[in-house]
This record gives sequence, C-alpha cells and structure tokens, in this order.
Amino acid sequence: MIEGAPIADLSRVGVRFGRMPVLRDVNLRIDPGEVVGIVGPNGSGKSTLLRILATLLKPSIGRAAVLGTDVLSEGTLAARRQIDLLGHHPGLWGELTLLENLTFVARLAGSPTEKAERALDLVGLGGAKHRRADHSSHGMQRRVEFARVLLTRPRMLLLDEAHAGLDKAAQALVKAAVEDVQGREGGVVLVSHEPDRMLPLVNTTYHLEGGTLHDRTGMT
Amino acid sequence: MKAGGFWQQAKEIARKDLLVEGRAGEALYITIPFGAVALMLIPLAIGTDRPLLAEVGPGMFLAVALLFGMLVAFRQTAADTPPQRELLTLLGTDPAAKFVGRTATSTLLLLAFEIVLVPVTILLYNPGRIPNWPWLILVMVLLAGGLALVGTLAGSVTTGLRTRNTLTPLLVAPLSMPLLLGSAQVVEALRREESILPWITLLATMNLAVAVIGVVTARPLEESSR
Repeated sequence: MIEGAPIADLSRVGVRFGRMPVLRDVNLRIDPGEVVGIVGPNGSGKSTLLRILATLLKPSIGRAAVLGTDVLSEGTLAARRQIDLLGHHPGLWGELTLLENLTFVARLAGSPTEKAERALDLVGLGGAKHRRADHSSHGMQRRVEFARVLLTRPRMLLLDEAHAGLDKAAQALVKAAVEDVQGREGGVVLVSHEPDRMLPLVNTTYHLEGGTLHDRTGMT
Repeated sequence: MKAGGFWQQAKEIARKDLLVEGRAGEALYITIPFGAVALMLIPLAIGTDRPLLAEVGPGMFLAVALLFGMLVAFRQTAADTPPQRELLTLLGTDPAAKFVGRTATSTLLLLAFEIVLVPVTILLYNPGRIPNWPWLILVMVLLAGGLALVGTLAGSVTTGLRTRNTLTPLLVAPLSMPLLLGSAQVVEALRREESILPWITLLATMNLAVAVIGVVTARPLEESSR
C-alpha cells in the first residue's frame, strides 16, 4: 500500500439483494488515522456497508478499494489479513475455551501463542481463560474479540454496534482498540443506531438511511 | 500480519475440528453407535441363515460404512457459522487449506467409525477368513479418505445455501458409488484370489480426482458463496 493512500475508497457503490436495493450510490473515503462513525436506523444498510469494507461482500455496482486492493480483484487475501470485523455475533467456537479460541486465531495468523494468553489477561479474562465460549456471557465473548484485535493488530478495524452488551469497564476496550489502530495510522469504522457512546470516538460522522449515505451536512 | 503457511493452516483447522468434534460428540456418540445398531438389525431381519450372513457380511459393512459415513463426513460440526467463516476469511486462511484440514478430520473420524464396525461385523456375520485380508486395511483407508473428500467437497459446494441439508446427501450419494463399487469388488476379488489392482486403482484414482477438484475449486467456491 502506498504511503498516505486512503485506507478505503468507495465510489458510487450500490448493493442489491435480489431486486431490493440495500445501498445506493455510496461514496466514502477513509484516510489513515481517521475514525469514521456511521449512524442509522436498523435495516439502513450499515452492516452491509461494513461487509463491503471487510471485502466479504462484493458491490453490485461501483468501485471499492480497501487497503489499496480492489475488492473485486483476486488479490484480496493480503488485504484481508489487515482487517478485523467485530460483528453482531462473535466468531467464536462454542465448544472451545476462550483461550483455545484465541490460540487458534494466533496460530492461523502466524502469531506466537503466548500472545493469546497475554491478550486475554489484558482484556480482563485471564481468570476465565479455560471457560468454554458457549458457557461465557455475550460480554465475555465480546472481550475475547477485543483480545483478538490486540493479537492481530489490524490496519482497518470495523466495529458493528461495538458497545452493545458491554459493561462500563469493557467499553474502555472499544476506546483503547480504536486509539491503537488510529495511532498506527490505520482506519476505523464504527456503526451504531445509538450514536451517544460512539460519537466521542470519531472524527467524521455519516448518516445512513434507506441505503444512502449522507455526511454531517446532509450532502450525499 | 503474516499468516501461517498452507500446511500449518490445514493442521490448525484439523486440530480445531477434532477438538470441537470431541466435545460435541456428534460423530463419536451419535453416528457411530447408530451404525453399529444398523449392522445388528440386519441379522435379525435375515434370521439364522449363517452361510447367507457370512456371504453378505462384508457388503453390509461397506453399505453401513457408506451410509453412516456420509453423515460423519457431512457432520454439522464441520459447518461453520457465518461469523466463524468470516473470521477465517479475514485471518487470511487459504480455502484450500481449510479443505485439506477438514478432510483430514473427517478421514480420522471415518477410520474410527470403521474400526468400531469391523469387530461388530466379524462377531455378527462371521464372514470367515478372507485370503490376503490385510489388503482390506488399505481399502478401509481409501474408503474413509474418499468419503471424507466427497463429503467435504459437497460441504464446500453447498456452503451458504438454504437447501444445504437436502442438497448435500444428493451430491454425496452418487459421488460415493465408485467407492462402494471398488471396495466391494476388492472383497470379491480377494475371496476368489484374483487381482485386486484394477479396483484399488479405481479407489485411489477417485481419491486423487476429488482431492484435486476440492483443492482447485476451494477458493472460487468460497468466493461465490459471498
């Protein structure tokens, strides 16, 4: 990726599921060190937009480049390794313990496995590391995901309703994760239908409604 | 972040799948006992015709191994949820490594399944001594590997489809027929003390062909499921 190049650059992106348009004519540029907040009601297309930024969904129309890679190209593998997405449902295997889940991630990512244990300590789960994921609360599972962010150190962090299900202490993890990525000149996107807790963290806010993205001034 | 290499990724997928399977116990505690029960029911239906039982015993073993083996190969624990699939993708996991890892797990489970069924078959059907029987160990390995490959390939093809549970057995059953045919013919050839080479070649070729197709199509199949 070229120095100073945008982390993500979406131009006239549209997505349709069958006949239903979910996103229309979305233009969005995320620069290094920028934290973008996207606010919108349920069903407005926020999660779809995040999945495009994560290269997990291809736009039906328009151009989307993430970390210097066109999401429609074959070369997304390298870009994907620099992205982490925390969605509505934690990507954990219920039968594995919290530590086993994180060790699995570490091994796949080619990271030392000792880091997994240290990351769990840092998010306050050191005492629960041998608890199965399906015996852990949603908040604990969320904390494991933040431990994963500490482990993989993504260049682009995508947070879908990041504060949901987190107690006050855990909400500090969101701030720490955002600041860490921002400090490394990465990009962060937070989406929420409850902007109050998100807004203090972001540089730029957009409003997404009916699949159309408006900036703070209401311009599309 | 640098991702682990291909074989490292395949090994980690297999290790994780085995841990999940060991704790969920889907294959070990549900499918394997059902397979053993199916083998027990057939002699009850046939009655006390011992020569007939001895004659059909190896065939019954293969049929049960194939039918219940399909369930093992297509076990639910091998199906990741969408967030798990997305995580694996974002970690840069090579879809081909996922295919190899998942096939390795299924092969081990199917071998365990066959190892449980062998003494049950000998006990209930008393098939007698088959000449050069150690060749059957190779057949069991090729059958387990072949079923695991076919099951994993069918799982890859149907990932993300709403009709997955219906479609997968419909794909697995016809693709498994050469495996059943080859294995049964090896048993027959051994009994008649004829050459088993053509049938072993069929089994090995089938394994190789599905392995190549599975590895080559892993990435396009995964990308098309988005």
